[in-house]
Amino acid sequence: MRRSSPLLRLIAMLVYAFLYIPLCIVVVFSFNDSKLNAEWVGFTLYWYQTLWNDHEMLLAVRNSLFIACCASLSATILGTMAGLAIHRYRLKVLPILAFTPLAMPEILLGVSLLLFYLQVLNLTLGLISIILAHTTFCIGFVAIIVRARLQGMDESIFEAARDLGATPWQAFYHVTLPLIKPAIIAGALMSFTLSIDDFVITFFTKGIGEPILPIQIYTMIKVAVTPEINAISTLLMLLTLTLITLANRFGSSMLRDPSH
Amino acid sequence: MQLSNRLIKWLISGPPLVFLLIFFVAPSLIMIVTSFRLPGEFGGLVPLNIFAERSGIDSGLTLETYQFFLSDWIYLEIFLKSFVIATLTTIICIAMAYPLALLIANSPRKFRNLMIMLVVLPFASNFLIRVYAWMIILGPESTLSHVINHILGVLDFEPITLLFSPFAVLIGMVYVHLPFMILPLYTNLEKHDPILLDAAQDLGANRWQRFWSVTWPLSLPGIFSGSALVFIPVLGMFAIPDILGGTGDIMIGNLIKDQFLGTRDWPFGSTLSIMLTIAVLGVTVFFTWLARSVMRSP
Repeated sequence: MRRSSPLLRLIAMLVYAFLYIPLCIVVVFSFNDSKLNAEWVGFTLYWYQTLWNDHEMLLAVRNSLFIACCASLSATILGTMAGLAIHRYRLKVLPILAFTPLAMPEILLGVSLLLFYLQVLNLTLGLISIILAHTTFCIGFVAIIVRARLQGMDESIFEAARDLGATPWQAFYHVTLPLIKPAIIAGALMSFTLSIDDFVITFFTKGIGEPILPIQIYTMIKVAVTPEINAISTLLMLLTLTLITLANRFGSSMLRDPSH
Repeated sequence: MQLSNRLIKWLISGPPLVFLLIFFVAPSLIMIVTSFRLPGEFGGLVPLNIFAERSGIDSGLTLETYQFFLSDWIYLEIFLKSFVIATLTTIICIAMAYPLALLIANSPRKFRNLMIMLVVLPFASNFLIRVYAWMIILGPESTLSHVINHILGVLDFEPITLLFSPFAVLIGMVYVHLPFMILPLYTNLEKHDPILLDAAQDLGANRWQRFWSVTWPLSLPGIFSGSALVFIPVLGMFAIPDILGGTGDIMIGNLIKDQFLGTRDWPFGSTLSIMLTIAVLGVTVFFTWLARSVMRSP
């Protein structure tokens, strides 16, 4: 370790401030007794009350939670399989298919799925089309986390289980699965967060009808900005924070470098 | 034994493979085909007729949208503008991320994870909320706007509006993508061997010389991977120009969005998406090549 110069510390502090001040402003103004997000007037919980009585918004929250549950469940199952397969076998196609959606601008996946749903599947856009779209891009994230966990593991214990007479399924269920469980849980929580936050792909695959949370927020931002957005934003931040803490608790044994 | 192993391989890799073939590969192929078709009168497409050659009717496949794209300068101009914004965002991100990543890498080991966690945390809040926060900060009634316009007033300049400008778009882009630059840079800087800097010091190099001749060249691979992670999503972004930009600040993403949800010209929207894909591939190849050539040079 070497000493860092005071200038470096100052700049770093400013960058941290740049990262945090905007979010703090959103939280502070959610308690502000004014319709304008301009200056502090006084403390109120009015915007949270408004939110509580906004049935459209509550329905959107419910829909988004439902989508996130379904998408993270299917993405966790398929992503874990993909992670296992990519780690164990020398596959060429599956890694490309699983990881490419993470490296492209989201709009491309959104637009191509929209065309696919309308032209080929003849699917009425709605919750199901969104769940399928979210699953598509979450698979890669789960696969990366599961594979990272497998790469840090000692292969010989699986072989040992097989040598002792375990069937492949027994070896998987009693040896591999308990070992990759933290990665699976971390992957599931990450997919849940990604799904509930996703705007772009939801925007293209949503159709009309059911209100969805990010779309509802977008409409409010574009049409009429009220501090109700600050209130829902603050609650969402709280939810994501909780999920990240959970993911971190389950994933920490995996993320921690064994060398220190 | 051999057979059961092969069976297991297909049982594990089959389901995700099939799912991704249906929901990733097939849609991409559909998009490519759509780009060669003609728009229908009320949205949708003119029906395809594959056996048209024989019966003499128009087959419904054409290069028209591509010709249209190249014929009007305005589309190339929007592509160019998107590249400029992506380049500026990347440069600003490097300038902001480097000092922070360097400080974290130089900090005692026990603080590093916490400092990185603090970088990732705001990034976990909803994307729209992070953009919306800048609507508050840059809005015409905000404290920042008042202060800036007051100073401009004293200096005898016209007052300016911060929101709905290219400047606001740029700030939003930097804010949303900064962690993508900090993380790979930190991962790179953390691996540097401090002995190299000690050696440079022993040879009489001062702080700046040590930085420019040791740390900076070694960190270039980190900068390039961070740049790819920032540049590519910025190039395809539509929500930030949509929320923070004015009417003139549209990018490729907005153009694509309008074709699908506004004018309902699917073939032209697909053509634009394919052009964006080509641009993204080009950028990826460019940064990979840059990183490789740096690694190879002594």
